[in-house]
Amino acid sequence: MHELTVSPWASLAYLVAGVCFILALRGLSSPASSQRGNRFGIIGMTIAVVTTLVTHVPLRSVAVPPGNPHDLMIDWVTVGEILAAIGVGAAIGLVTARRIAMTAMPQLVAAFHSLVGLAAVLVGVAAYLNPQAFGISDLVVPMIGQPFAVIHPVSRIELGLGVAIGAITFSGSVIAFLKLNGNMGGKPIMLPGRHVINLALLAGILGLIAYFVTEQAPWVFWTIAILSFVIGFLLIVPIGGADMPVVVSMLNSYSGWAAAAMGFTLHNSAMIITGALVGSSGAILSYIMCRAMNRSFISVIAGGFGAVADTSGGGTAIDRPWKRGSAEDAAFLMSQAEQVIIVPGYGMAVAQAQHVLREMGDKLKAEGVRVKYAIHPVAGRMPGHMNVLLAEANVPYDDVFELEDINSEFAQTDVAFVIGANDVTNPAAKTDKTSPIYGMPVLDVEKAKTVLFIKRSMGGVGYAGVDNDLFYRDNTMMLLADAKKMVEDIVKALD
Amino acid sequence: MDFIAILSIFVLACFVGYFVVWAVTPALHTPLMAVTNAISSVIIVGALIAAAAAGIGAGSGVAKALGLVAVVLASVNIFGGFAVTARMLAMYKKKERPVAPASSK
Repeated sequence: MHELTVSPWASLAYLVAGVCFILALRGLSSPASSQRGNRFGIIGMTIAVVTTLVTHVPLRSVAVPPGNPHDLMIDWVTVGEILAAIGVGAAIGLVTARRIAMTAMPQLVAAFHSLVGLAAVLVGVAAYLNPQAFGISDLVVPMIGQPFAVIHPVSRIELGLGVAIGAITFSGSVIAFLKLNGNMGGKPIMLPGRHVINLALLAGILGLIAYFVTEQAPWVFWTIAILSFVIGFLLIVPIGGADMPVVVSMLNSYSGWAAAAMGFTLHNSAMIITGALVGSSGAILSYIMCRAMNRSFISVIAGGFGAVADTSGGGTAIDRPWKRGSAEDAAFLMSQAEQVIIVPGYGMAVAQAQHVLREMGDKLKAEGVRVKYAIHPVAGRMPGHMNVLLAEANVPYDDVFELEDINSEFAQTDVAFVIGANDVTNPAAKTDKTSPIYGMPVLDVEKAKTVLFIKRSMGGVGYAGVDNDLFYRDNTMMLLADAKKMVEDIVKALD
Repeated sequence: MDFIAILSIFVLACFVGYFVVWAVTPALHTPLMAVTNAISSVIIVGALIAAAAAGIGAGSGVAKALGLVAVVLASVNIFGGFAVTARMLAMYKKKERPVAPASSK
C-alpha cells in the first residue's frame, strides 16, 4: 500500500497548530483574554502553512540524457505561483476586513463560509484527479494502456463526504449572503413538495457515496458534487430572512465538518482538530439560537417561517388605542429616571443608530441615570451581533447584559427604551397560547414603569407576523420615527 | 496514522470543542464565528499539497490549477478572518474607571 509518508516532525507541528486553535477559542471566554487568543490562532495557522510548504516543496524532473536517472530540482515557477496565490488572497482578505462595516458582519461571515465550502470542494476534486499526490491511492500499471490510480475505499467515503458537505456549505452560504445583503428578498421561497425533493436528494447523495466505494467512476463523483450544490441551494431558499442567525451558525458548523472530512482524507491532525472545533462551535450556536426562539432546529430548517402571515391569534383589524410620544417626552422621562434599560434590535442596525444611541446613554449617565443594555440572544441577524455594534459605538461591555442576567431588573426599572427590537419584547409569548411566538423567552420590558418603543409607523408587523401587545399597554409610549432621527432628537432635547 | 488513531483525535477534539465553545461569553459570539471561519481555512493545507504536487496522469495539471484557486480562496479567509476578528475584539472596552487624582508635586 502506498502511503504518503509524513515526517513525524510535520505531524507534531500540525498537532501544535491544532492546540493553538483550541487556545484561540479558549481566549474568547472573556474580552480580556480574547485578543491574545486571536494571536494564538494566527500562530497556529502560520505553523500549519509553513509546515506544509516545507514538506511539500514542488519538484520537477529535469530531463537528462537517456540512460541517466532523472534529477529532481525545486520547481521555482510553482513556488512563485503558490506565493502569488497566497498574496492575492491576503490582499483581498485584508482590504475587505479593513473596510467592512460592522452592520454588514452577518453577510461577510456568510460570504467567507462560502469560500471555505468552495475551497473544500476544489481540494476534493484535486484529490480525486491526482490521488497519488495525496497518498490515498494505489497506482495500477496495466500491461497495455496508461497507469491509473485506484483510490482506497475508505478514502473514497471521506472524499465523497468532504466534497458533498463542502458543496452544500458553498451554495447554502451564497443564498444566505444574498438574503442577508438584501439582494434576495427575506421572504421564504417555498417550492411545492420541497421536503420530498430534499430528502430524495439527500438519499441520492448518500447512496452515491456508498456506490462510489464499489465503483470509482467519474460520473458518480461529479453527480455527488452537483447534487450537493443543488441541495445546499434548496435547503436555504425556504428559510426566512430573520432566521438567518440559525442558518449562518449551521453553515459555520458544516464548513467545519467539511474540513474534518478532508482532514480524514489527508490524515492531517490540524484539519481534523480544527474541523471538530468549528463543527461543534456552529452546532452549539445553532442550538443556542433555536433555544432562544423556542423553536426546534428541524422546524427552522424546514423553512417557511416568517412569511408575511395571514392571521395569528386575534389578528383582526380592531383599532386598539395606543399612546404616542415625542422626543421631548422621552428625554424628560429618562432624565428623571434612576435606571434606564435600552433594548436594541435589528432595527437599530438597519438605521445605523448605535452611535447616537451611545451619545444618548452618555448624556443620561451625565445626569446621574444608570444606563444598561439588554440583549436578547436572537436580536440581530447573527449571534452576538448587537454586542459588536454596541462595542463599535464605544459602549463599555460591562454595561451590556444578556437576557438571563437582566430580565429580573425590569421590574425595578423606570424606563425601558426599545429601539429596533420587536418580537423579543412581545408579552404575548408568555400568555397567548395561539401566538406563533408562544414559549419563546422574551425580555420582560412591560414590567418597567414606562416603556418607550421606537418604530417607524404603527402599520407593519414584526418578523413573526404578529402584532406586539406591548404597543397597546397603558405604560407604553410609541415614538414613531426613524430610529436614528428619533434618538438624535432625544439627544438634542436632553441638552 | 491509521484510521483509529485519527478517529480518536477527532472524537477527543469534538469533546474539547464542546467545552471550549460553551465557555465563550455570548458577547463574543460574533468574533467566535469570524475566528472559527478563519481557522476552518486550514483546508489550505490540502490546497497547497494539490498545488505543489507533480502529477501522474491527465488530471494532475487541472488538480494543480484547482489547488491554486483553493489557495487563493483559503488565503482570503485566513487573512480576512483573523483581521476582522482582531478589529472587532479591539472594540470591546470596559467602563473607564475614574482616574486617580495625580499627586501634586
